[in-house]
Amino acid sequence: MSVDPHLSGLSGTVVHDVIVPARAPWLHHVAAGQTLRIVDLEGNQAVDFLLYAAADDAERYSAQDTVAAQGNLFLREGTVLRSNEGRPMMTIAATSVDYHDTIGGACSCESNTLRYGHHTKAEHACVENFLEANLSEGRGKRDIVSNINFFMNVPVEEDGSLGIVDGISAPGLTVDLHAEMDVVVVVSNCPQINNPCNGFNPTPVRMIVTA
Amino acid sequence: MTDILANPLAARDHARGMAGTVVEAMPVLPPVADDLPAGVPADALVWEETIAAGGYATRRLSRGSRLRLIDLKGDACASLLIFNAEMPTERLNIADTVKVQWNAYLGQGKLLLSDMGRVLMSIMEDDAGTHDSFCGASNAATNAAKYGSGDNSGPHPNGRDRFLLGAAKHGLQRRDVHPCVTLFKGARIEPDGAIVPQIGPFQPGRTMVLRAEMDVIVVIANCPHVLDPRTDWTVTPLRATAWRGPVTPVDDPIRNATPEGLRAFENVEDYFRR
Repeated sequence: MSVDPHLSGLSGTVVHDVIVPARAPWLHHVAAGQTLRIVDLEGNQAVDFLLYAAADDAERYSAQDTVAAQGNLFLREGTVLRSNEGRPMMTIAATSVDYHDTIGGACSCESNTLRYGHHTKAEHACVENFLEANLSEGRGKRDIVSNINFFMNVPVEEDGSLGIVDGISAPGLTVDLHAEMDVVVVVSNCPQINNPCNGFNPTPVRMIVTA
Repeated sequence: MTDILANPLAARDHARGMAGTVVEAMPVLPPVADDLPAGVPADALVWEETIAAGGYATRRLSRGSRLRLIDLKGDACASLLIFNAEMPTERLNIADTVKVQWNAYLGQGKLLLSDMGRVLMSIMEDDAGTHDSFCGASNAATNAAKYGSGDNSGPHPNGRDRFLLGAAKHGLQRRDVHPCVTLFKGARIEPDGAIVPQIGPFQPGRTMVLRAEMDVIVVIANCPHVLDPRTDWTVTPLRATAWRGPVTPVDDPIRNATPEGLRAFENVEDYFRR
């Protein structure tokens, strides 16, 4: 039996293990104490990511509270992902990519018309995935807030210039998230094809939950 | 109970006796402002209010309205939520605001974009230059940690709880309090991602003028910046003035400044094509 390299370093028992196809949504409940590993199978695949408190989904991931609390824009090993009420939701327990983005937001059909032109309006987008997944549990548009983009690179220059640039991830790189409370994880495996966030080629990612 | 208020009519007279009281932070009704820009008629004024240190205010503004904010004493901190008044599920999207404009630092000419690819408000004038699109507002937990309390009912109110009350006045809920921008207090980013807050205090009277590009609800919370390094809870009053103005014409320089921004205006114009 060969050893699965994507499980390397994970402790505990695998309780969920799934490949999220390119361009697809994913929703999963992760209990406090469990660990979610996201594997960037083919490299430079942005994983757009939201969190809701399972007990009260008006409490949700807050990019602003997270970056303010750590005084830094980039999400690195040790970063505590905080809610809009300032509580820890998950912690980045380990990451083989230096840092991840939380200011770039999610692509949408509507913002694509601004960024690229109205010819992109019909293309699939992360907000479509977020909506589809959230609607299955009664959440809707009001519940879409600034998200995390795992494996995505958004530097900010001295004059405030920013943009999504070539990724710093690679095939097989991972991020491990330790749940500090019972959470609902909502993911869009980003379908964007107009910028480098997915290397212009959306690919599958793997989700592994251990307990 | 004092003797004089022992019956309803005495209580009525006591209450009526307060009429005409003037305090630092209050609305003026009907609005009066002796410093409107040249060419703005007095009867175009729609809102005049000084927002208390630690207070909040909210207002529905029609498309074309100008909203002037003045940091009266140099230590105001205006955290701002914006909704499409007609359909409040559409609201300010700070990620799209910085991403679409390829820049994170707000100032004159910048647009505040919704999550529907439209421009909610634009910044017509800004002599402050220190604004924050990253850190958001304080919350009960951050104020409790820094000041010992953060409750609306206590001496150190926090931005999020002010937003909750302001949004609730429009029938909105906890899930509607979205990521905000903060005006007059800044945040700059170092190459390693470190956030450098620009807290001041600054010279009094710094002024911004925003233009409503759609019918909007604004909620403004004036509480200390979440990264204010001072141990004392410190903030000063904020003046808000608004007047009616023309809808942005097709030759407007802010409308036409960038291809991305132009498409945001075109999406607004398409929304109102009905």
